Amino acid sequence: MERAVTGGARIGDRPRPKKNYLNETKGFWSWASTVDHKRIGIMYLVATLTAFLLGGIFALLVRLTLLTPQHTLFGLQVTAETYNRFFTLHGAIMVFLFIIPSIPGSLTNFVLPLMIGAKDVAFPRLNLASFYLWIVGAVMAVASMVIGAVDTGWTFYTPYSTTTSGTVTLMTAAVFVLGFSSIFTGLNFIATVHKLRAPGMGWFDMPLFVWGMYSTAVIQVLATPVLGITLVLLMLERVFQIGIFDSRIGGDPVLFQHFFWFYSHPAVYIMILPGLAIISELIPTFSRKTMFGYRAIAYSSVSLALLSFIVWGHHMFVAGQSQLATVIFSALTFLVAIPSGVKVFNWLSTMYMGNISLETPMLYAISFLMLFAIGGLTGIFLGTLSTDVHLTDTYFVVAHFHYVMMGSTVTAFIGGLHYWWPKMTGRMPSEKWGRVAAILWFIGFNATFLPQFILGSRGMPRRYYNYLDQFQPLHAFSTVGSWIIGLSLFISLGYLLASLRKPADAPDNPWGGTTMEWQTSSPPITHNFEDTPVLEHEPYDYRPKAVTH
Amino acid sequence: MDWLRAWMMPPQGSEFAKEIDFVYMALFWLSVVLFLMIAVPACYFAWRYRYKPGRVTPHQTHNTTLEVLWSVLPLMLCIGIFFWGLNGWMKYAVAPGEAMEISVTAKQWLWQFEYPDGSRTINDIHVPVNKPVKFTMTSEDVLHDFFVPDMRVKHDIIPGRYTQIWFTPTVLGEHNFTCAEYCGKDHSGMKGKLTVDNDADFAKWMETGGTEWEDYFNGKDPKKTPADWGKITYERVGCNSCHTVDGSKSKGPSWKGVYGSMVELNNGTSVLADENYVRESMMNPQAKVVKGFDPIMPTFQGLLKPNQANGLVAYIQSLK
Repeated sequence: MERAVTGGARIGDRPRPKKNYLNETKGFWSWASTVDHKRIGIMYLVATLTAFLLGGIFALLVRLTLLTPQHTLFGLQVTAETYNRFFTLHGAIMVFLFIIPSIPGSLTNFVLPLMIGAKDVAFPRLNLASFYLWIVGAVMAVASMVIGAVDTGWTFYTPYSTTTSGTVTLMTAAVFVLGFSSIFTGLNFIATVHKLRAPGMGWFDMPLFVWGMYSTAVIQVLATPVLGITLVLLMLERVFQIGIFDSRIGGDPVLFQHFFWFYSHPAVYIMILPGLAIISELIPTFSRKTMFGYRAIAYSSVSLALLSFIVWGHHMFVAGQSQLATVIFSALTFLVAIPSGVKVFNWLSTMYMGNISLETPMLYAISFLMLFAIGGLTGIFLGTLSTDVHLTDTYFVVAHFHYVMMGSTVTAFIGGLHYWWPKMTGRMPSEKWGRVAAILWFIGFNATFLPQFILGSRGMPRRYYNYLDQFQPLHAFSTVGSWIIGLSLFISLGYLLASLRKPADAPDNPWGGTTMEWQTSSPPITHNFEDTPVLEHEPYDYRPKAVTH
Repeated sequence: MDWLRAWMMPPQGSEFAKEIDFVYMALFWLSVVLFLMIAVPACYFAWRYRYKPGRVTPHQTHNTTLEVLWSVLPLMLCIGIFFWGLNGWMKYAVAPGEAMEISVTAKQWLWQFEYPDGSRTINDIHVPVNKPVKFTMTSEDVLHDFFVPDMRVKHDIIPGRYTQIWFTPTVLGEHNFTCAEYCGKDHSGMKGKLTVDNDADFAKWMETGGTEWEDYFNGKDPKKTPADWGKITYERVGCNSCHTVDGSKSKGPSWKGVYGSMVELNNGTSVLADENYVRESMMNPQAKVVKGFDPIMPTFQGLLKPNQANGLVAYIQSLK
């Protein structure tokens, strides 16, 4: 397809520089000791995708175990204990090793400094420290699986987690370390956005991706310490029996849930805001149209970040918190719908009268709109008090949060990965296979998780090894869906890796983007820009160049 | 559209369930409409404004009227739904005063129920139709959650605390209940049956003092002898907290070898431990106190069903 060349920022393709961040220095040590945000981004990408693969394998094992009520896996009997470890590791790996660090650590690390015209993040060494903390945390998490077992669920609810055997202490220590990795990343982005914007770039000249990641970073820095403290208390409780969470020695198990969700609800926004941020880049670029409601979208990111701190109690409507608290948290929870809706309506308005091409990233963006809509709308059922009582702790909740965490965030992540892949690697991935994988992803995702809404509303509790025979057809349907997801991801992995084998072919600005990362070469030189870039126009200005001043 | 409701929701066991389903279905259709309001424009725009080389797109930056509209209208909708949900939830939150109270003790991985008259069962409860029942619940170990899908109620059960749920069953027959808060290995096996009886059946069931006795007398479990049921009662009613069955001394005399022996009493006399002595010791324990023990045993008059007392006697007989 011929590319449209519009937008004030479009700079004619220059000859490709010989040296770029990938080939400037060579060897293992040049990567292991790098402080270049782009290389750290690539290392984070490889690392978090490896975690995604591991978590994905556990997801497939969970689904395969539930295929029939006999629980056989390739002819082997899966016991309840094994199943409980499967879903615990799936959840813990996906949340702490993949979704939370993936977009901030990989894509954002790579493009955020480019987008604001900076040479690097504010604290390059802290950035590398964040990556190594991730590695330490990952090694500890994997060690806890290898030398023992964890069967608490990723939520580590007390008093089960303080009394069960296994390597729970090591796993929580791993999550504690990963928390610091996340804090370092967030701290870095806040300082970078405040101090390193290109000359002339005010707050409302920043790309919306930067707004979204800034909001994310604020939550990372403010909420994660609470998780760290909670997990330290949990470890102390397990090792020294001091009586914080265990009622037999004077503690309160519900207190743990308050502490846990005080972090983990904001953490949901650490996961979803980056997804929303990516979509805010994809929609205007592939619609070739000025972003509609730029300020509304920017403010909605910030307001989602603020709201994320005052709705944690909606995880606990039936968990034993006070009834007054339950009513207040329900009311506050509904407020989340407003900024989420504002974003969606502005994206749709941006597409209206656009000039829309459906390359792979845009297919993921449109998938996102629908999956995020389903994820958000089913949240209303759970925020509504009377229906939540029936639906909470069932597969309805499982389906709901997979639509948000996976259907929205991971869809956006894959879309963003395709969007910035040419910038990161200098190669264009196969468009044909990209579209095949995108469509399979959408089909597979819905096949897996739509049936789970019905399972849940019909009364199938989550984290269940055994189920009533009447649920078998829906479970089987869901399991087949998970294979389609696996196939889609396998195809993506194939053609993305294949693109690395061919010579660099990506132009500087393959999609006609207007933000600053497209003004440098693909892949960028080590110091990002030949000259300090100067902001010449608003972001997402798709007026023909002659009109711009 | 009743088939759709019946497909998505479990059978309705109470009027409350019907109210919840009504809200659920209303939210369902609202969601369908809102989803189409997003999905249809997204697909239509992608087709209608598909890429054409050289097309210039308009420079629309914002529209304040639209922004206000699509903030305020959803907000009003959300406020409405919130109050609707609150209205239904208030009924769930407070049990009526006349409700029959059943206490529930959850532990890994079974449910114990105790009725106001002391009858106890495991994993199997009967309740009368059209009468409110309140469950006061606590846990002996970790978190659990009492979930009765047909009644659309659930609540976590927390060690060291009491939580409550209630409902008024209106549909006779069996309903499942299950644990909905992850509690370890056999979490998914921690389930049971709630049977809603008419008043006559419920009264009859209560007479037997629990399901297991009923099974025995209906011949469903012929393998168990009266002594087996006595052993269950020994543990269930709590005899075992003072009486051992292996001859060792506890707060009360051990039952081993007691039956048929001459028992020395604290007033210096002796008595033959026959059926009448054993029965009297349960119902009027202060009448004859064994030498060397304090008169601390409470009476079980009215607490033990006849069947349970018979079982205990048979059990004591069997402890040679």
